[in-house]
Amino acid sequence: MSANAVGWAVADSWTMTRRELAHWGRQPVQVVVGLVFPVMLLLMFGFLIGGGKGVQGDYVDFLVPGMLALTMAFGLEATMLAVTQDLNKGVIDRFRSMPMTSGAVLVGRAVADMLQSAAGLVILVGVGWAVGWRWHGGPLAFLGALGLLLLLRFAMLWVGIHLAMVAGRPEMVQAVQILVWPVGFLSSVFAAPASMPDWLGRVVQWNPLSATATAVRDLFGSPAAAASSWPAEHAGLLAVVWPVVLVAVFFPLAVRRFGRLNQ
Amino acid sequence: MSLTGAHADDAAIVVEGAQKRYGQKRALDGLDLVVRRGTVHGVLGPNGAGKTTIVRILATLLRHDAGRVEVAGYDVRSRPAEVRRRIGLLGQHAAVDEELGGRQNLEMFGRLYHLGARRAGERADELLARFGLADTGSKAVGKYSGGMRRRLDLAASLITDPQVLFLDEPTTGLDPRGRAEVWGAVRSLVGGGTTVLLTTQYLEEADQLADRITVVDRGRAVAEGTPDDLKRTVGGDRIDVVLRDARHLDAAAALVGPDAETDAYRRRISAPVADRMAALARTVRALEAAGIEAEDIALRRPTLDEVFLHLTKETEPGDFADEEVVA
Repeated sequence: MSANAVGWAVADSWTMTRRELAHWGRQPVQVVVGLVFPVMLLLMFGFLIGGGKGVQGDYVDFLVPGMLALTMAFGLEATMLAVTQDLNKGVIDRFRSMPMTSGAVLVGRAVADMLQSAAGLVILVGVGWAVGWRWHGGPLAFLGALGLLLLLRFAMLWVGIHLAMVAGRPEMVQAVQILVWPVGFLSSVFAAPASMPDWLGRVVQWNPLSATATAVRDLFGSPAAAASSWPAEHAGLLAVVWPVVLVAVFFPLAVRRFGRLNQ
Repeated sequence: MSLTGAHADDAAIVVEGAQKRYGQKRALDGLDLVVRRGTVHGVLGPNGAGKTTIVRILATLLRHDAGRVEVAGYDVRSRPAEVRRRIGLLGQHAAVDEELGGRQNLEMFGRLYHLGARRAGERADELLARFGLADTGSKAVGKYSGGMRRRLDLAASLITDPQVLFLDEPTTGLDPRGRAEVWGAVRSLVGGGTTVLLTTQYLEEADQLADRITVVDRGRAVAEGTPDDLKRTVGGDRIDVVLRDARHLDAAAALVGPDAETDAYRRRISAPVADRMAALARTVRALEAAGIEAEDIALRRPTLDEVFLHLTKETEPGDFADEEVVA
């Protein structure tokens, strides 16, 4: 690709990102609801349902990192919904019949979703701080934790774009919206795997969401979900490997699927 | 049936033997189509004839399986980027972002056509003014009327003054007012040198806008010519007279015209006419003078159904038309 083509690819991607930002400006309520939902979950589980099973130490300290990871994973729904809605609109046909960089449509989606998730993280960290959560590690560990969280979100982004193109219709997203809940709960977000039946605990530990939640707790110096198993001890490694594998699989699938809209 | 030679140098669109299948279904079955530069060409056909398929192939949205397809001199499969620089598309569904305002839409498309931020903004304002949308530029497009949305869509198709413009059923789903708005906008383009390919289900629309028409049925071109050519093929307008009293049928038929057909059960006489209004006036006067009372007198254009029955009967003898006669 020539330098000029790269320049236009960047410009087109930025135009497509601005389109998403303009949507937020037009639908502020939707954006606020999306940002408030994880906060609501955090407050509900932290104070209404209370104490997780098998957690040593303060539950809010345990829950906040888990909620951060869960919010990143649930970003899958937002991405899927946006992509299916977009593909069912005529405007995609116009983009595809124009001399723009075709991948800019996907890059715009990616940048906008990452920005929204980063904003969601900031809000959730702020609310966590307000209700008494503290991190005990240094600033580098703090940034490392945010990096792992955004990496998980980046993986969910490409999983979401691909699933949305496979599903095709917005109604199919509802099925995924229901399915993310058991997957979200089959993790160490809310409770320690050690508190679960042996076989279930083992499954839960291998959940990518558990890896990120555990690794982020380690970096924040939060109370650990006491467990001495391979996935729990190597959570930091898994929190990198899982998302990288997911991106390696779903990014090419999503790009190929997008390129095949002409068949 | 005669197709224009497919090697004309002044052709903006050349389609030769285009094939496209969706699974078992043949959407295009060897379609031929040549559109000369600077003309408005209508593609007329019923639902499922392959009209949208050919537009999507020409606009690089869909890949054909076989055949030659060129737009503005470039092959759509091997040089899609060159084609995209030279075309505008108005699809069946509004291809604009409904959540954004009209101006936001046009400015966004202008940037994506690489006009640069300032020029994109200026062009958006020019087009909004030209299509009478200047005062609604900030309203979300989702709140536009159907005709306004279609005009914005058309404006978006014209951002870079395309050499070739595709209009896929531009007035389907619009009320008469919206239809008139779009027709007016399309007419204003003609003469600017733009080649327009227009698909439609409405004979009247093709008649109003197109220099030449290709009739498409089951993925193939079944007839091509000027609107007048096609009307002559079908036999032109007819006058229908319904009498109060069936006993006067034969007397009245003689007055209406030499080729009049009578239907005693419906007390109706039907005859081809060449000069519409004059024929109507003449028939009314003749019946009045003869003291024959008519219940209803009406001029009737050939319907699209009649065009199709006629054309498919002509091109495919022994096919379904004959079976219907037997049944």
